[in-house]
Formats: sequence, structure tokens, C-alpha cells
Amino acid sequence: MTDILNHRLTRRAALLGMGAALATPAIHGASAQGAPIKVGVLHSLSGTMAISETALRDTVLMMVEGINSRGGLLGRRVEAVVVDPASNWPLFAEKARELLQVAKVDVTFGCWTSVSRKSVLPVFEELNGLLFYPVQYEGEEQSRNVFYTGAAPNQQAIPAVEYLMSKDGGEARRIALLGTDYVYPRTTNRILRAFLNSKGIADADIMEEYTPFGHSDWQGIVARVKRFAGEGKRTAIVSTINGDANVPFYRELGNQGIKAEDIPSVAFSVGEEELAGIDTKPLVGHLAAWNYFMSVNSPANTEFKAQWQAFIKNPRRVTNDPMEATLVGFKMWAQAVAKAGTTAVDPVREAMYGQKVDAPCGYTLEMHRNHHLSKPVMIGEVMENGQFNIVWKTQGPIIAENWSPFIPENANRRR
Amino acid sequence: MPGISAFRFNLRVALIALIFVLLLLPPLLNALPASHPLRVSDFVVAVTGKWICYAILALSIDLAWGYAGILSLGHGAFFALGGYAMGMHLMRNIGNRGVYGHPVLPDFMVFLGYKELPWYWLGFEYFPFAMLMALLVPGALAGLVGWLAFRSRITGVYLSIITQAMTYALMLAFFRNDMGFGGNNGFTDFKDLLGVPLNTPSARAGLYLAALGALLITLLISAYTVQSKFGRLLIAIRDAESRVRFLGYDVTAFKLFVFVLSAMMAGLAGALYVPIVGIINPGEFSPGNSIEAVVWVAFGGRGTLIGAILGAFSVNALKTWLTSFAPDLWLLVLGGLFIIVTLFLPRGLIGLGWRRRS
Amino acid sequence: MKNLILTLLLVLGLAPMCLAQDDFSGTALRLGGGFGEQAEAVEKLGLSGDPRALPLLQALADGKLTRMADGALLIGEADALTGAPANAAGASAVRINNRVRAALRIALGRLQIVSPDPAERLRAADGILRSRSAQDLPLLDAALARETVPRIRERLVLAQGAARLASDDEALKRAGIESLGASGFEAARTVLLEARAGNAALAEAIDAAVARIDRQLAFRRAGELLFQGLSLGSVLLLAALGLAVTFGVMGVINMAHGEFVMLGAYTTFLVQEALRGTPLAPWALPLAVPTAFLVTALLGAAMERGLIRHLYGRPLETLLMTFGVGMVLQQAVRLIFGAQNREVSSPAWMQGTLMLPGEISVTQNRLWIIVFGIAVLLLVMAAIRFTRFGLDMRAVVQNRRIAATMGIRTGRVDALTFAFGSGIAGMAGVALSQIDNVSPNLGTGYIVDSFMVVVFGGVGSLAGTLIGALTLGVVNKLLEPYAGVVLAKVAVLVGIMLFIQRRPKGLFALKGRAADQ
Repeated sequence: MTDILNHRLTRRAALLGMGAALATPAIHGASAQGAPIKVGVLHSLSGTMAISETALRDTVLMMVEGINSRGGLLGRRVEAVVVDPASNWPLFAEKARELLQVAKVDVTFGCWTSVSRKSVLPVFEELNGLLFYPVQYEGEEQSRNVFYTGAAPNQQAIPAVEYLMSKDGGEARRIALLGTDYVYPRTTNRILRAFLNSKGIADADIMEEYTPFGHSDWQGIVARVKRFAGEGKRTAIVSTINGDANVPFYRELGNQGIKAEDIPSVAFSVGEEELAGIDTKPLVGHLAAWNYFMSVNSPANTEFKAQWQAFIKNPRRVTNDPMEATLVGFKMWAQAVAKAGTTAVDPVREAMYGQKVDAPCGYTLEMHRNHHLSKPVMIGEVMENGQFNIVWKTQGPIIAENWSPFIPENANRRR
Repeated sequence: MPGISAFRFNLRVALIALIFVLLLLPPLLNALPASHPLRVSDFVVAVTGKWICYAILALSIDLAWGYAGILSLGHGAFFALGGYAMGMHLMRNIGNRGVYGHPVLPDFMVFLGYKELPWYWLGFEYFPFAMLMALLVPGALAGLVGWLAFRSRITGVYLSIITQAMTYALMLAFFRNDMGFGGNNGFTDFKDLLGVPLNTPSARAGLYLAALGALLITLLISAYTVQSKFGRLLIAIRDAESRVRFLGYDVTAFKLFVFVLSAMMAGLAGALYVPIVGIINPGEFSPGNSIEAVVWVAFGGRGTLIGAILGAFSVNALKTWLTSFAPDLWLLVLGGLFIIVTLFLPRGLIGLGWRRRS
Repeated sequence: MKNLILTLLLVLGLAPMCLAQDDFSGTALRLGGGFGEQAEAVEKLGLSGDPRALPLLQALADGKLTRMADGALLIGEADALTGAPANAAGASAVRINNRVRAALRIALGRLQIVSPDPAERLRAADGILRSRSAQDLPLLDAALARETVPRIRERLVLAQGAARLASDDEALKRAGIESLGASGFEAARTVLLEARAGNAALAEAIDAAVARIDRQLAFRRAGELLFQGLSLGSVLLLAALGLAVTFGVMGVINMAHGEFVMLGAYTTFLVQEALRGTPLAPWALPLAVPTAFLVTALLGAAMERGLIRHLYGRPLETLLMTFGVGMVLQQAVRLIFGAQNREVSSPAWMQGTLMLPGEISVTQNRLWIIVFGIAVLLLVMAAIRFTRFGLDMRAVVQNRRIAATMGIRTGRVDALTFAFGSGIAGMAGVALSQIDNVSPNLGTGYIVDSFMVVVFGGVGSLAGTLIGALTLGVVNKLLEPYAGVVLAKVAVLVGIMLFIQRRPKGLFALKGRAADQ
């Protein structure tokens, strides 16, 4: 039994042990000298979110392979423990507990949707674990056990809308906020509405509509947006439509003849991976706002792309923003562990503050005490080849405002 | 038929006793000092507690399907409604400890701009009221759907499709943030229940034992129901509904009673499930969940009660293990297992042991 | 005066040369600059009417213009300004943004309005419409004078109205409002509303014109709403037709039905990839239809013979077993093709919108799907009514034992029927690949709806499936603007549940022995 464990199944040895947990609870002894450092990977590999999250699992595995080929961390091998929370939110909490208590991982990379993060948050706080969350999100959160490497609303949504209102962006004075009905679009749109109001755009010039996950029949909504745009003011679409629903949405946009120069749309959840499933010719000129695009020209990005395509053995596979955020988080964690000289959560957390990484986005990103990264904001236009042409970006990285000043209730927030 | 003698003092009772004794072990072993070789982690307690709730759900399905022939593909909805009732109570318990420090409104209402609590949230700050609702709301829904369906003599697969549509419609509705149930995020980050913080070992053990007790009680109620004359009538309805009707029995009322009872058991399971897993959201309404729960019953052996419990435990244990051990392949294994069991084990796991009787 | 010359030249069919050589090159070179600079240069070149600008701007719009490090602009291997051969090594594509793209459409419109190609002129008229500038009036007047194609004339009148409204002449403005109001176009309405704020004195006339357009639009919008409903209905019809056969005729509840649809979509993807680069590539989609039918039909036959056959008479067990099959198929596809979406492109004839009589605009892909859905339905009906297989199938459904004694091999008929139903699901997948994600989850979203359609229409009745699907689609779309997407769907589901209480056997109930099973 032990032989098999050490030989073929070391990666998941602890979890295998779990199957027989009642019988042999002590299978994973204290992490002895030279015992591997364990990295939990908590991304859905089945169910609706698999489409987005499998690439992040592969990114972590790539980083683990990379660090091991350079001799590991603190002289120890790094080992990934992969589990499948199957796009099922209670299962996320359960798997988080399993990773922390049974597999005893030192750090976890995981989650995509807000609800999955909210689901695991109490577990990580109770057991003092460490989670790296790589996706842009609605803010309104800051846990000492989570490092957020994706964008807060001020690092994505607000600059994007400012761009739409600028001369280059088409001077939009009427905005259609389309989103999937969950907390990220709801909160983002609430912030945007307050922001637009502050810029003198009245509520009558804002349309807000929500659809369920995986919505596939966009005929009515696109027709309504068209009509909304025909009321005599330059109009733009701000889309917080989630992954799966985007393909039918963009198809409908293209087929109803909405061109980007007529009604530009800017999306916060559409990246290179999503475009890989669409014929992009009718979409040329539509926009996305991120903190990284695959088309960024920087040495770190060249290396990232080469490493990724070699790892995944597909020279045409694309990279995207959450993958970059995963990479940055992993590198920072490795640096922090090296600095702290241990993988224990509290020292690593202290060591994380102020960590800097030369990121593929072309800037040096820093982890701040608010557990968020400073990030540059970029706006890209869809090109025919499914990549983004970066048409605007901030001067440098900007600091995250995870507690948005546009949400008045934040004044009463408990600190 | 294996179902009729559900509770004779025999091998089956011994099996049940064994299961309950085994189920007492996790919290006991968890209470051992951390260094003890036999200690099990909190994870084992939490996950076994979840399985117990699933077992109650499976039991409720078996009562309706195995004995009265009502195959509901919407039992997940009753489970979820019970869970939501409990979740609302837990949300109210957070009080002003939410992120925004609002004394009454839960966080999600604060940032969605609610000014006051919607009327349907009133009363949920009281635990007995919430528990009552966890039983009554699923019961009332089952009563309504059942009354409409049984009255029109909708049976078999038609009923299954209707109940599936019911849970699907509820899922879509609960996903809407405008419903006032937290949308996709549902409820999470609970603080305490009956004054006990939920993230303590004692709370966890307490919840576990409560679930175990509920399983025992629902098992006894089910066993009593199916053993009585009433239970025999149910089986008669299952096997020849028209004949029972012609004999002068009010079939609609019998079916309605058992359907409502079953829904209330599912609601109870949901109410216990939520504090154990720490989250409730509309995903619980998804049609797939309900079908899976039916598969547990088929896997264990329907119409035996004990089979439902065994099925819930074995399938979920397998799932928990496989999602970690073979994250890419578990769907293949589990799906393959469902195929094999329906083809070769028409009586489920229990059928293996009881085959000689038939 | 200059405008007059321009007009005259245009009337003569000659393009004027208004920019001196160095002025032209200076402006043209700025096309390689920043976005603001590009937009200005584009506008200037467009207004110049200089024919040399046309290939340049066209190349810029198509992304074919490249720039050397020294600022020289190339098109392919030639200098963009002089046409002289040049070494393109080290040249990078000149990128544009939406602002430049919008300026380009106006500029190209101004240059191409004299084009001999009617399609180009139509596009040019729409391009000029965007400018809303009185500067274009002479150009438009001249173009209108010589234009004979009614469709282009309509658009030119629209552009002319917009340009008149932008002039300083009150009478001209009123004429513009009048012609815009008469046109009935939605775009005219937009132009009018735009101008309303700046023309307080004309507000009344503008409102009257808008109201006039609105009256015409009401009919058009009702037509479009109906089309949307029919389109949704045809999608439901396609998704449900296979079930109508397997469930309706055979009584087999196939929870893996959605996965068969998904496999049909993946077959489309594979056919497209296999034909990529061959002369058959444009026909990938039509060719995918029979391929998908065959692939899923074979799989269906295998599934019936291998698994379902053993469970006849136990519909609920079949339900659970096929649920397992669905899980396996979905994960197998995910492992083989990856979890990401696969791109299935639309052939050109399925893109864009089409104007039906009465100016009702409909999207081409959805129009084709409606046609396809009805075609498949007719095919199924014909197969059941007129073929030997159909006769056997009906015989087995009506009385299995007598059919067997008549020498019909019932087992074979069962397998064929199930294969037939699965094949139809595969064909539905081909259609869905045009409007939805081609991902392993594709089928999951349709399974509940499909069952509802079949039950609502009446199990075993193909006409019921048709009427059921179209009714659900139209009702859903009618409710959507008032209730929102989600509540409309919930309302439809609840409506069906209540309806089935009243008529448990659906809209078109089968009569006779088969109905009692």
C-alpha cells in the first residue's frame, strides 16, 4: 500500500488516504524535511464553469512544473493537489476543507465565480488557509486569507466606461448595461450607474437588463438595445455577460448588424479564450477591458506565451487575463515563501505585502496591504484573428479600490 | 416484494443498527486529541454530516417512489426550499456583524439597495418559525402540485416531467437577484445558530448529531407509515392504481398525503444541510441534482428504505473520493456505474443481499 | 463656388482633384499616425474627393495598410502613395480604432458614391448618412439626380434629409424633416431625435415626423416580435423533434437526448475542420446535416441494442440509465475536445439581416433555422407516413405482438426508430451550432424545454410538437418585454404545468389503444 502511494500516486496520496480515512488516518505524517510543498488547485473541471476554469488549472500545473525544473522551493519539491469542485458551490466549500484539513496544502489557487469564492471564504478564514483568487470581481471584500490578483471595479469597469465617453471611444452619452444576473454584474452596474450619474448621465439614459446563466436567445434584448440606441444620443453597451452566454450574444449582435462604430460594446468577461469559440469577423472593433492581453508586447509575455504553448502542447492555444493573474499570484507566493523561509501562512502573508513581479502585462505589479494588486488597465478592440488590439491603456498600474467610493454603504462598513 | 416487511426484526434491523453505530463514530473520533492516531479531521465530520442529510432526502424519495410509485424529479426543490428557510434564519442571525454593519438587512440586500426587509423575510429571526417554514413551505408546494397532478391522474413519467419543470422554474426564479434571496450567491458566511458559533467543533458535532437524530426519526416515521395498513395500500396504488380506485379508496388523498410527508422530510433534510455545508444557493434547484438523488435510491435499492440510505452514502462517498482522486474521470465512472446498476442490479445494492428471497 | 464645381464634376462622372500633390501626400502620411491624427486625415481625404485616396482608405479599413519605421506607408509590396515597388520587410500593420473606423465609413461613402457598383453605392449612401453634415448636400443632390436603383435612392433621401437638417437654412431643415418623416426608417427617427435638442424652434415638426414614423414602426415591430417567437419556437421544435420520436412513439425517456444534440454540433465542427481548405469548405454546413444524422443515428442504434433494449417496460429505469449515459457522453466529449468552446463559423448566406416585405428585418441565420426546422419536421412526417420503415414502426407501436406475428422484426424496428430519433437530435445540433456555444454543456440547456414541448403538444403527435413548440416560442417572446427574460420563461413553465392539469395528454391527445399505455 505505502509503496503504491509513494510511487504512482504521490500527488494525491493524502486524498487517496482520505478514502480510507477512518482506517488509516495517519497516512500523511508531519511534513518532514524535504517533504513536498503542496499547492491546492480548486478549479471546476466539469459542469458549466469548466469552460473557463480548466485553463487556470493547467496554468498552475505549468507553474509547478516550472518551479520544480528550477530546483523547487526552499529546496523542496512543489506538488499540485488537483480536485474537481464540479461547478457546484457547496462542493467548493467541501473541497476547500478537504484541501486544508486532509491534503494539508500550503496554499490554494482557485475559484472563478464570486459565489464559489464566497462559499470557500469562511473555510479559509476558519482554518487560516491561503487562497489566491485570479479573476476580476465586484470588490466589496477583503479577507486576510485571500490575495486577489484580478481587478477590482476601479481597475477595469470605470476606466472602460470613461473610455467609451471619450472622443476616441465614441463619446457615448447613453449606456446599456447588460449582464448575467449575479452579484458581479449587479454590483459593477451599481457602481457604474453612480459613476455615470456623477458624470451627468441621467438614469433615463441608462438601460439595465439581466439574463440567466447560459442565456442563448438574445434576439429580443439586442433588438431592444438597438431601439434604445435610436433615441438620438450616442450609445454604447457595457457587457458583464458571463462566459457561456457570450457566444450567442455576439452572434446576435453581428447578425443584427450592430457594428462597433455604431454601438460599441465593452465587455469585462470576454477574453481570448472566449473569442476562440466565435467567428470574430463581425465583431471587429468591439471592446474588452482587462489588465492583460495576449497581444501585449513585453519580454515577460513572450516567455509566458512560449511556456504555455509548450506546456499545453498546442501552438495555437491562447493566454488570457485570469491566467496571467494566476501566474502573477503564483510567482509572488513563491517569492514570499522564499523571503519568509517557510510556507506557514502568517509569515507568508506578511512577506506577500510589497512583493513585486515583472508581469506579462508589461509592468511591475505590486501586492498591497489591501490584498489587491496594483494593475494597469487596458482597452482592446477585437481583431479579425481573435486577438485584441490595445487602443488605450493607463500610464501605469493603478491601486485597487476594493471598497468602491461609489457605493455609499461602504461608509458604514465594519473595519 | 422486499418492501412489505420493512421493519421486521431481522437482518435488516441489525444492518440499520450497525449503520447508526458507525455513524456515531466520526464525531466521537473527532473529539480525540489532535495527536491521537484514530482522530479524524473536521472534514470527515462535515462531509459525513452532509451525507446524512442526503440520506434523509433519499429516504423521502424512496417513500414516495418506492412505495407509492410517485417518481418526483423535483425533490431537490423541496430540499432547497427547506434549506432556504434555514438559510434565511441564519442570515437574520448575523445581525449587525455583516460587512456593512446594517442591523437588520443582510449584506446582499444592502448593496442591492434594499431599504427594508421584504415581507416574506419577517419572522425568520425566530428559530422555531424558520424550522416550521422549512417543513411547511415544501409541504405546501407539494400539496399544491400534488393536488393538481393527482386529481387529473397524472402519473408515471408525466409526473416526473412536471416536477422537473417545477424545480427548473424555481431555479430560474431564485437565480434572479430581484427575488430577494441573494440570487446566484444565495446565502453564505453564516455566523451562529441558537447562539453557538458555527465554526466550532462543538457546533459541528451538535449539527451532526441533530442530522443523525433526524435520520433516525424520519426512518422510523417512514417505516411506520409503510408498515401500516396505509403502507400496504400505497404499494397497491403503486402496482395497480386503477384497481385500488375501483375498490373505493380515495387514491388521490393517499398519494397526496405521502407526497406531502415526503416533501416535508426533504425540507427537513435541506434545513439541516445548510448549516453543515455553510451555503445555500439556487444551484440546489437544478434538475440534475434531483435526478442524482433519485439515482442514489435506485442504486441502493428502492422500496426498502434502508436501500435509500445505503445508496445515498455509497454514491456520495464515491463522488467525494473520485472528485479528488480522479478529477477528470469521475463523471465517466459515476455515469458508468448508473448504467451498470440499472441494467444488472434492478433491486440495487440491497438486491445483492436479498436476491434469494425473490 | 467650390461646391458647385464639385457638383458639376460629379454630374459629369468625373472625380475632382482637389488636393495638390504635396498636400495629398502630407495628409496621406498622417494615416500612419495616432488615432486622432488618423481620423482627421481620413476626413480630409474623404472631403477632397481625390480618387487617389480611395485605395489608401480602403486598405486602411481592411487592415492591409502597413507602415515602415520611417513613416512610409505600404500596401503589400508597393508604396501606398506612389505605387512604386518597395521592400515590405519590417513593416507593421497600421491599426485603427472605432473613431477612425467611423470616419472611414463617411470618407469612403463620399468617395464611393460615384461607384458603378450598386452595392458599393448603397454602402456609400449609408456611410454619408453617418456624417450628418450639410457639406454633403451638393454631393447627395448630385447622386440623387443620377441614381435609378430605388433601394439606393431611399437611403440617399435619408442621408439627404439628415444633411438638410444639419444645414443653417430653416426651409431646408423643414424639407429634411418632411422627407425623413415620410421615409419611415428607424434610422430617420434617430436622426430626427438627435436634431431635436439643437432645434427648439422645430421641435413640433420633429415630433410630428417622429410620430409618423412610429406609426409605421408599430407594425414592423410586431412583425419582428412574431419572427423572434417563431425563431425560438423553431429552435424548440428542432430540439424536441427527436424526443417526439423516441419518447412520443417509443415511450423511451432519453435523458441523454441533449447530449445527442451536442454530438451533432460537434460533428458539424469536425466536418468543418475536415473540409477546411478544400473546395467543399463553403458547403460544410449542409454536408454536416447528413453526417450528423448518421453519426448520432449509429450511436443511437448502438445504445438501443446495447442498453435500452434491456429496460423496455421500465420507463423510469430507462430515465436513470440514460442520465448516466448523458454524464458519460458529456465528460467524454470534454476530455476529447477540451472544455473550451469550439468555433463553428456561419457561411456567408447565413450572416446578416434580410429585409422582408414591409421592411421587417430578420436575421438570416434564424430564418434558415426556421426553414430547416420545418423541413426536418416534414421529413419526419414523410418518413413515418410513406416509407416501409414508417409503416413497420406504426405497426409495432399499435400492437407489438400482432406486428411480430405479421413477420415484422420488432427488435430491428425498435433499433431503427431509436436511431431515427437520435439522428434527428443530431441534425438539431447542426442548427444549434449556428446560434449557441459548441461546448460539452450544449445539450443540458435544452433538455427540460424539449420534454415540456413534447408533453405540451401531446405525446406521440408530431403536429402537436410543432404547434406546441411554436406556441411556446411566441408566448415566451411576447411576455419577455414586460416580464423580463427569466420571468417570461418561468411564466411559460408554470403555464404548461397548469395546462397539463387540464389536459393531461397534451394539446393533441392520441386516441385509441396507444393512448392508454
